Amino acid sequence: MQTKTQNISLGQKMIQTFENNHEIIFKGDSSTIIDRRKKALEEFKHLGFPNSKTENWRNTNISKALGANYQYYLEPTFQDHVNQDKIFKCDIPHLETDMISQLNGWFISKNGSLKTDVHGVVVGSLAAAKKSHSHLIDQHYGKIADDKKSGFVALNNAFAQDGVFIYVPNNVQASVPLQMVNIINHDENIFVQNHNLVIIGDNSSLQLVQCDDSVDHQQSLINTVTEIYVGKNSSLDHYKLQNKNDNSTLINSIFINLERDAHLSTNAISLNGGLIRNENYVTLNGENCEANIMGVYLVDKAQHVDNQVFVDHAYPNCVSNELFKGIVDDSAHAVFNGHILVRRDAQHTIAFQSNKNILLTDKATVNTKPFLEIYADDVKCSHGATIGQIDENAMFYLKSRGIGEHNAKMLLMYAFAAEVINHIKIEPLKIRIDDMVKKRLRGELSICEQCVLHCSTMEKEINFEIDMSRV
Amino acid sequence: MLSIKNLHVSIKGKEIIKGLNLEVKPGEVHAIMGPNGTGKSTLAAVIAGREGIFDVTEGEICYKGKDVSEMSIEDRAREGIFLGFQYPVEIPGVSITNFMRTAINEIRQYKGLEQISATNFLKAMEDAKKLVGIQSKLTNRSVNEGFSGGEKKKNEIFQMAMLKPDLAILDETDSGLDIDALKVVANGVNMLKTKDNATIVITHYQRLLDYIIPDFVHVLYNGKIVKSGKKELALELELKGYDWLKDEV
Repeated sequence: MQTKTQNISLGQKMIQTFENNHEIIFKGDSSTIIDRRKKALEEFKHLGFPNSKTENWRNTNISKALGANYQYYLEPTFQDHVNQDKIFKCDIPHLETDMISQLNGWFISKNGSLKTDVHGVVVGSLAAAKKSHSHLIDQHYGKIADDKKSGFVALNNAFAQDGVFIYVPNNVQASVPLQMVNIINHDENIFVQNHNLVIIGDNSSLQLVQCDDSVDHQQSLINTVTEIYVGKNSSLDHYKLQNKNDNSTLINSIFINLERDAHLSTNAISLNGGLIRNENYVTLNGENCEANIMGVYLVDKAQHVDNQVFVDHAYPNCVSNELFKGIVDDSAHAVFNGHILVRRDAQHTIAFQSNKNILLTDKATVNTKPFLEIYADDVKCSHGATIGQIDENAMFYLKSRGIGEHNAKMLLMYAFAAEVINHIKIEPLKIRIDDMVKKRLRGELSICEQCVLHCSTMEKEINFEIDMSRV
Repeated sequence: MLSIKNLHVSIKGKEIIKGLNLEVKPGEVHAIMGPNGTGKSTLAAVIAGREGIFDVTEGEICYKGKDVSEMSIEDRAREGIFLGFQYPVEIPGVSITNFMRTAINEIRQYKGLEQISATNFLKAMEDAKKLVGIQSKLTNRSVNEGFSGGEKKKNEIFQMAMLKPDLAILDETDSGLDIDALKVVANGVNMLKTKDNATIVITHYQRLLDYIIPDFVHVLYNGKIVKSGKKELALELELKGYDWLKDEV
């Protein structure tokens, strides 16, 4: 089943598709989910896609991406038994993860679509979990992903049929990081919507790496929503790696809810992509929570990266710390909107927000808007944004050791980005990202080589290089 | 090796160095002393080639017989000028190892030499570390990030040991050091001394000169060298302070 989106607007087409395909879209859904979808669609009808007049979208022009012709699939675009190893292998040396893969937004089953380990950790396809874990799904799905945040979120809530489901029960410290990879590989322009749901119980911990990669050069529009619940006294260490082709548009909305004493660290690393929009909604929904929300973006050519961060301090004695850093080259464009809301009862909140940018050319653009909205009176909050060139004192220091202009600049740009990279706690990942950033700054890699994952097409076997210096 | 004639330097239109002359020959150690704000650090920065706010309005600096006015900072360094910073800059994210390898390879490239081999580089690192008593873990850290005052200064001498300059200018390397760190730093400088290289030690206090014995001592006051002498001059300054010089000037 597929739908062409020519001639009429994508929004209209999607509404029609929804109305005409209830049977397929609702397949396997509980009545709760069906109602949720219908409600989301109504909200989408009301909101539509964002445009240049929509609040927080003024600096990101999505109209061109929405104007393209896309195929939208209501069923997987591939056979049941895809050999995921043939699509790609992650070549990060020593990075041991359990990989959960999606191809064009559909879960790829390796050994069954849902598996439970000895500790009770459930990992697999959201579509499969709807059947086997309907109680958990009904309780959490679409609950924190608020339709009103944007038309993209509403449309995703209405449509998404698959994605990744992760459930970590109480008192489980997951020892191996989980790696969610969403690969886009298709010979047509496609529009993909997937929805991930991660539920972490109380006193538990999880490391999660979320990769978005394309292996083709087709134009694509990906609208991903991820909902993450972090239970009492639990911790989540989360990474987003974004390496898309220059024709891709990625809308990545993440909603994270922290309960009392929970701890979050999330780090968005955007290395390449046509248009990347990261929306991060973090709610501190109990006392003594801590949230570190970080990001680094290195964009050149005509790329566009937009980070939106909304932190809701709903309870007292919580800490949030935002740090986003970017290097913007050529005629690339970076946007940062940070919004911290401190509610009236959230006394003793500590909240910091910082966005720092280096512009390398006159044509590079940054729009940054740090914003604090505070209703409590006993809080410690700060925000700041800088857009600048490279520090003169540091340049002098490096040059006085014989290092020329070019390399001195390179080292300092790298050092600038490293402040965020140093927060990566998974060592092999840190080493690789570090390496990637260096190569990226040296301009050594073109888009395809630049991928963290050395990918290949379905037909080809994989040859991946081992970086001997790391062994 | 270094010949400075009638040097005038202004910062934002204000003249800081007002006709300075200095001759440094290979194998010599010169100490430049003087009260705060007399242009000591400006002199050091200008020899190293700092541009921007520093404006050389008159006079010339010759190094190895060449006028350096048209030479970039990095080329001066590649020709063998080294500046030990009074306030070494923190560079988070760049390891000392990476920093030094980049520097050495750029210098070698300038001289038409091949890149340094991993073995030779590691050996040079080990030797330099020993010389200044730096522990291994320090060199894996980012340049000066979170270093104590003493560690930063030791790191300057470590870099000097790695780069083996012909002319080292140490700008207030003793400031902020306790006596043990001071000895380590001084020992490093003494060990690196050869008959072919020269050192200019800029200091506020005589203390450092107990450990680095200068061949000449100059007093910089109000942008000029007002008095030069042998190492005994430093002791005299220690006893009398700088005020008596004001009267002499």
